[in-house]
Amino acid sequence: MDEFLRIITQTLAELIAPTTAAYAIAAIGLNLHFGYTGLLNMGQAGFMLLGAYGFGIATIAGAPFGLALLVAVVAGILFALILGLPTLQLRGDYLAIVTISAAEIIRWVGRSTWLQEWTGGASGLQGRDFKESFHLLSPLPDGRTAIGPLEYINTGSDSWWTRIFAWGLVALILVFVWLITRSPWGRVLKGIREDEDAVRALGKNVYSYKMQALVLGGAIGAVGGVVYALPLAIAPDAMGRTMTFFAWTVLLLGGAATVFGPVLGSMIFFAAYMLMRTGMRSLTANTGLGDVITTTNVEQIGGMLVGVTLMLLVIFRPQGILGNKKELAFNVR
Amino acid sequence: MSADETTITTPGVAGPLTEDHRRVLRDLSAVERRPGAPKPDAILTMDDVQRRFGGMTAVDVDHLEVQEGTITALIGPNGAGKTTLFNLVTGFDTPNSGRWSFQGKSLAGKGGAAVAKAGMVRTFQLTKALSRLTVLQNMLLASPGNPGENLFLSWLPFTWKKHEAEATEKAMEILARFKLDTKAADFAGSLSGGQRKLLEMARALMTDPTMIMLDEPMAGVNPALVQSLLGHIQALRDEGMTVLFVEHDMHAVRHISDWVVVMAEGRLVAEGPPESVMKDPAVVDAYLGAHHDTDLGDDALLDPAILARLEAEEENR
Repeated sequence: MDEFLRIITQTLAELIAPTTAAYAIAAIGLNLHFGYTGLLNMGQAGFMLLGAYGFGIATIAGAPFGLALLVAVVAGILFALILGLPTLQLRGDYLAIVTISAAEIIRWVGRSTWLQEWTGGASGLQGRDFKESFHLLSPLPDGRTAIGPLEYINTGSDSWWTRIFAWGLVALILVFVWLITRSPWGRVLKGIREDEDAVRALGKNVYSYKMQALVLGGAIGAVGGVVYALPLAIAPDAMGRTMTFFAWTVLLLGGAATVFGPVLGSMIFFAAYMLMRTGMRSLTANTGLGDVITTTNVEQIGGMLVGVTLMLLVIFRPQGILGNKKELAFNVR
Repeated sequence: MSADETTITTPGVAGPLTEDHRRVLRDLSAVERRPGAPKPDAILTMDDVQRRFGGMTAVDVDHLEVQEGTITALIGPNGAGKTTLFNLVTGFDTPNSGRWSFQGKSLAGKGGAAVAKAGMVRTFQLTKALSRLTVLQNMLLASPGNPGENLFLSWLPFTWKKHEAEATEKAMEILARFKLDTKAADFAGSLSGGQRKLLEMARALMTDPTMIMLDEPMAGVNPALVQSLLGHIQALRDEGMTVLFVEHDMHAVRHISDWVVVMAEGRLVAEGPPESVMKDPAVVDAYLGAHHDTDLGDDALLDPAILARLEAEEENR
């Protein structure tokens, strides 16, 4: 029974974990790209990693928190511009190819010895080197606080302050995205998603709109990267293709082209992922299942199940949990 | 005047002639009946427009002028280069050489969006109604100069609410005219093929165009709806717009156009008022094989009895 409660508590904790918020933010950015504009960005992890690097390196160089966050956003914007300038003129699929390779380039450059002085090479940047300015901002008193079964320190890496900040950012970005996507600007994006030429024929500069969406979604992705790094460290290998595919799963699970989809998707995804892994671990340790699956295999099986979920989602429920079936029901191409 | 006669005697299509239309027809009657003839008030002028695909020359137009305030039809057999010429002029394709100007301003090298902003709006052969937007959203998307389409203003609704309200009012008026107002809240994907054509035309009107380019507006449209489409096209002209349209449907061409331009194998082969141009030997040649044994202006559809029957069928669908 204790074991059962522990699993439930861990699952609940994932709902408000900073990582869940980081993925929610990354998926909101991806939603602007894919959900609203139809841009296939397969390199959201690249934006996140670049944002984390921008924040970490700026902080270590002595920048205050706000400036470091700005550096992260600017890094995301520049990356989007560099990717978009040559590829947005081409057909959509090319962006997918370019973004996935560009994200890998960022990761490999980050982990190389070439820029080790700034990026820390393969081992990355240690959390203690860049977290202080963030912790100093905390208005919370020292000590620990327990809310229900969840107990964390007030200020620190895995703290209430990190959670408040992360989810506060989610709320802020969500309101902003909600405002812009229900505006005429969002309507142009939805038009582009369906048929660029039709929108062009009505006198709209399609290239410029696609660029705006790419830049904005990329900048949001970079902020997601900062939030991801705040409770952890900046490790290039933790922010690779797996991260991109997790962000896609989160988006498609919640529902592309919906405002709350990415947030709901992230919460459900990480809670279910945690439940699955802790549950399996407990089963392999305490029951006969352990003869078939060893505890060390649980992570791999978890990853495989995520892949299967992504496939099933795309095939059977492409609109996700919140998506409007009507909006996706008409075959346009 | 023969052109006059055609339009007046067409049952069900032509309304009473407007003063402007009379003047335009008078002007056109003085124009030479040869390819590339100069017109008194040309709104669109093209020179030496060439487009080659590999070794094949799809379009090779030395000179073409389109008279302001007319309905000009661009006809020709399959593969004559009509749609390619359309795409070139509207900025959806790039020519190998050539220049053209609209209202005296050069549009060569301009993209599709710039051409539309200049007042020349097009529709597509395969209708491009945005099916995942509602009918009204399709219309509002076309409204020019909406401040809410600027990213920096979009999140401040008070900056664009007024424009949006005015655009909605205008959109509903236009939709009512095309009998689509009851469909305003439906996804455009739920419309029939003919209604999508109407929506595309209505949407083009939202941009307040000076010239409207229709690429096969009757293709795939129920014959009963053709009649109403023709009426709408004439109404555009009577409101002062210039219409250039590509069409295969010869009776449509014959009964609503003021001037016909014939293309074959990428070149202009003839120009003139509809009833005389179809008798032109060059035109008969161009069509030989495809249409040589059919009457280019089949009148069967214009019989009121047949029309009434078709319309009743459409009602009961």
